Amino acid sequence: MNLPLLSLIIFLPIVAGTVMLLWPSASRDTIRRLALVTATITFLLSAWLYVRYDFVAGGYQFVEKYPWLPDLGISYHVGVDGLSAPLILLTGVVIFTGTLVSWNIDRPREFFGLLYILATGVFGVFAALDLFTLFFMYEVAVFPMYLLIVIWGWEKTREYAGMKLTLYLLVGSVLALVGGLAMVFAARENLGYLTFDLLELEKAGLSVGFQKFWFPIVFFGFAVLGGIFPVHNWSPDGHVAAPTAVSMFHAGVLMKLGAFAALRVGVMLMPEGAKFHLPWIILLTLVNVVYGAFIASVQQDFKYVIGFSSVSHMGLVIMGIATLNHDGLLGSGVQMFSHGVMTALFFAVVGMVYDRTHTRHIPSLGGMMKKLPWAGVAFIIAGLTSMGMPGFSGFIAEFPIFMGVWRYKPWIAIVAAISIVVTASYVLRVAHKVFFGPLPEEFKDIPDINIFDRVALVTLVFFLVAIGVFPHIMVPWIESGVNYVLTILGGA
Amino acid sequence: MSALNSAMLLALLPELMVLALMGLVLIADLSGRVKGRNLGWLTIVGLVVVVLVSVSTAMPDATGAAVWGGTLKHDALSFVFRMLFLIAAALTVFFVLDVPALGDRGAFYLLLLASVLGMMLMAMANDLIMLFLAMETATIPLYVLAGFFTGRRDSVEAGFKYLLFGALASGFMLYGLSLLYGFSGGEVEFAALAQGLSKTQAPTWAVLAALMIVIAGFAFKVAAVPFHFWAPDVYQGAPTPVAAFLSTASKAAGFALLVRVALVAFPSGSLPWWGAALAAMAAATMTLGNILALTQTDLKRLLAYSSIGHAGYILMGVVAATKLGLTAVVFYLLVYMLTNLAAFGIVAVLERSTGSTSAANLAGLYKRSPWLTLATLAAFLSLAGVPPFAGFVAKVWVFMAAVEANLAWLAVIAVLNSIVGIYYYLVVLKVAYEYDPPEDAPPIVVSRPVVWALAALAVFIVIAGVAFGPWFGWGKWAAAALFP
Repeated sequence: MNLPLLSLIIFLPIVAGTVMLLWPSASRDTIRRLALVTATITFLLSAWLYVRYDFVAGGYQFVEKYPWLPDLGISYHVGVDGLSAPLILLTGVVIFTGTLVSWNIDRPREFFGLLYILATGVFGVFAALDLFTLFFMYEVAVFPMYLLIVIWGWEKTREYAGMKLTLYLLVGSVLALVGGLAMVFAARENLGYLTFDLLELEKAGLSVGFQKFWFPIVFFGFAVLGGIFPVHNWSPDGHVAAPTAVSMFHAGVLMKLGAFAALRVGVMLMPEGAKFHLPWIILLTLVNVVYGAFIASVQQDFKYVIGFSSVSHMGLVIMGIATLNHDGLLGSGVQMFSHGVMTALFFAVVGMVYDRTHTRHIPSLGGMMKKLPWAGVAFIIAGLTSMGMPGFSGFIAEFPIFMGVWRYKPWIAIVAAISIVVTASYVLRVAHKVFFGPLPEEFKDIPDINIFDRVALVTLVFFLVAIGVFPHIMVPWIESGVNYVLTILGGA
Repeated sequence: MSALNSAMLLALLPELMVLALMGLVLIADLSGRVKGRNLGWLTIVGLVVVVLVSVSTAMPDATGAAVWGGTLKHDALSFVFRMLFLIAAALTVFFVLDVPALGDRGAFYLLLLASVLGMMLMAMANDLIMLFLAMETATIPLYVLAGFFTGRRDSVEAGFKYLLFGALASGFMLYGLSLLYGFSGGEVEFAALAQGLSKTQAPTWAVLAALMIVIAGFAFKVAAVPFHFWAPDVYQGAPTPVAAFLSTASKAAGFALLVRVALVAFPSGSLPWWGAALAAMAAATMTLGNILALTQTDLKRLLAYSSIGHAGYILMGVVAATKLGLTAVVFYLLVYMLTNLAAFGIVAVLERSTGSTSAANLAGLYKRSPWLTLATLAAFLSLAGVPPFAGFVAKVWVFMAAVEANLAWLAVIAVLNSIVGIYYYLVVLKVAYEYDPPEDAPPIVVSRPVVWALAALAVFIVIAGVAFGPWFGWGKWAAAALFP
């Protein structure tokens, strides 16, 4: 069977999104049904791809390569490895659940249209095996994000936060682009021809001096989107201002996209530069992890708590990458998936509470467990995952990261471990305050969540628990991807 | 000088056909029988016929040949640009069809065609004399066109301002040309000029100074810093289709000629500091254009400053002085011309429907005209350089050319500028998409011809942004004229 499964996953959303945008006369229900069908098919296809990925064989699978502009060595080249397969699945999960929780959104035609164009960009980056394809897809994801935030976001900050987020991410990506172009031309010196193919650039043997100069530019260019300190500032503001589904998508998927691209383009193409620079970069991620957790613990706004907790958890992802050892990378791989699902779940719950109470001020909330029991249980499960409790995916992810960091420098692991305590404290505080305690009078009559919301919550919880209980449904995939990264690091 | 032969006539076939079209339009206008839109349709059909006939019969070899005693060069580079000018003129006429109160349309179309004729000669010019003649032929009709709303003060002011700046710039330029002529020992043809200057006794600084004076003329034409001051005022005051034409075809014509002068008469390394001076001009142009665009509230002024910024990006490709650089310049100009025509076309619709070109008039466009909103999305995001629209790849190619030529610093300045650009383009889209329309918002009226033109342009913007191979191929073919 020669079905181009990967391309189908990548392009189905943008085709559906374009159809919606070009169909102004479609009724609200037509659009929503189209959206749900698209999201479901995309989710099922991405799950199918994940299951079909053969982690014993490892390497890149579902590879498709077509010349795009042969003159400059540009091709449309996509494929997945053990690291990107879970991220494709993650994107599928979040697009599906994001669509479900946005069922009653205003202007659904434009909302889902833009959201699905964004999804194509994200799938494209995770699958890209060509530097041009990667940048192309990366930038495709940016403008829908801006419009999604300024049109459907929180009135008070949406214009500011939307623009801030967009500019931060673009500055990073265009600097990375210049670095990428420099890489392509430097590789031409050794290869004798122009190519944007990542697999060929890996073998180009870029000089150590070149790598030392360009590595930080490329790495930070992408790591901005991963929320690395001190350029994490866009992230809490952006996530708070965004509408629920976009927060889920952004914190859940796009931040991984930054970390993944930093690994794929920064570390894997310039391993010598990575070895030289990561020892100080890991200290920045330590700030992310600890400082992010402390800031989260003093927030009064429900959504800001989650926003800063993302900064803290994404710090762990990049920290794991920065160790450059097996355990750290393995943990990062799992954490990308686990945090993606977990934070999507958090934002979904926050959105459900806010839609009904119209406040996110933690002290004004309370007793939600009585009114929204599904959301409350889901929040507690996400909270336990975020604390790294065994039995949930967070443990499977964070334990190897701490092992890897310990192996690298024990004191960093010890300092980073503070975040676990702080995380536990703020998660418990928020869960207690919002979901338990007395129910304020004005919230007596709020309606419970609908069936779409429930399906979304159950889907997300399923992944957190399943991976926590049966780690081998994800770890072997990541393991095969990590082994490939390690051969590059060792072979350089 | 060789005798007149068929090859020479064939080389000038497009120009001769444009001349014939001018005659036709004149007769049709004077006869009084062709009225209203029909005169415009005559011009459009005529231009399309010229393009089709030229492409099928007068296509040159890539490296081409110098014709008419070496005055003109009929090669791939000039051919591609000439076709582009014809297409841009035809699209401009689409937007002119329904402009109210334009006065004498026959004269308008005639002047437009005369200007196109000058631009086509600019693309072919191969010596100093033709350079100047062609440039004046292209520019003088534009002075009149910019002031064509004789009843409106700002239009007359625009025409007059353009005339004053233009006269000053061409005066400068002519002076510089005469100096170069003297320094080179009396050479006029570009290649011979390069030879003559390499043996000159004149001090290097004097040659450089003379060249810079000539460049001033080009900087005026393409609206590059520090000769950009006219652009915002003239664009704002001129009839919107004329502003569209000024910012696209006229700018591209300046570049068509500039690349020939820069790469043939002054190849890189022939003069110290020359490349650096051009690089500095590119950096200043893109930075100033983009930063000043930030505070604009009028769409025409915004597009004027943005077009200054784009001139900076294009200059970057000229500075690179490589085959990839020239390919990128041609590709960029192709994409930029068609995108900017779309953007001005949208502004023209807005002006006609609401009576002003303020960006605030776009409020709630998504409700008032969903299709026009989509066209705005395509045009402005393409100008901003966002994929899948063509502006993205165009920018990538010029950045690539700069990095290849060891100008990574210039590429970094350019990418940061492109971020500034994204800011103001996104703000425009925000107004169109986020804000609700005011209560008394007049309906948006888009006439049939404008719908066709905008739809075709929007489709092109997407196609060229995704399937960029063929268009890049044209650029490469054109670049082969100077880099075989």
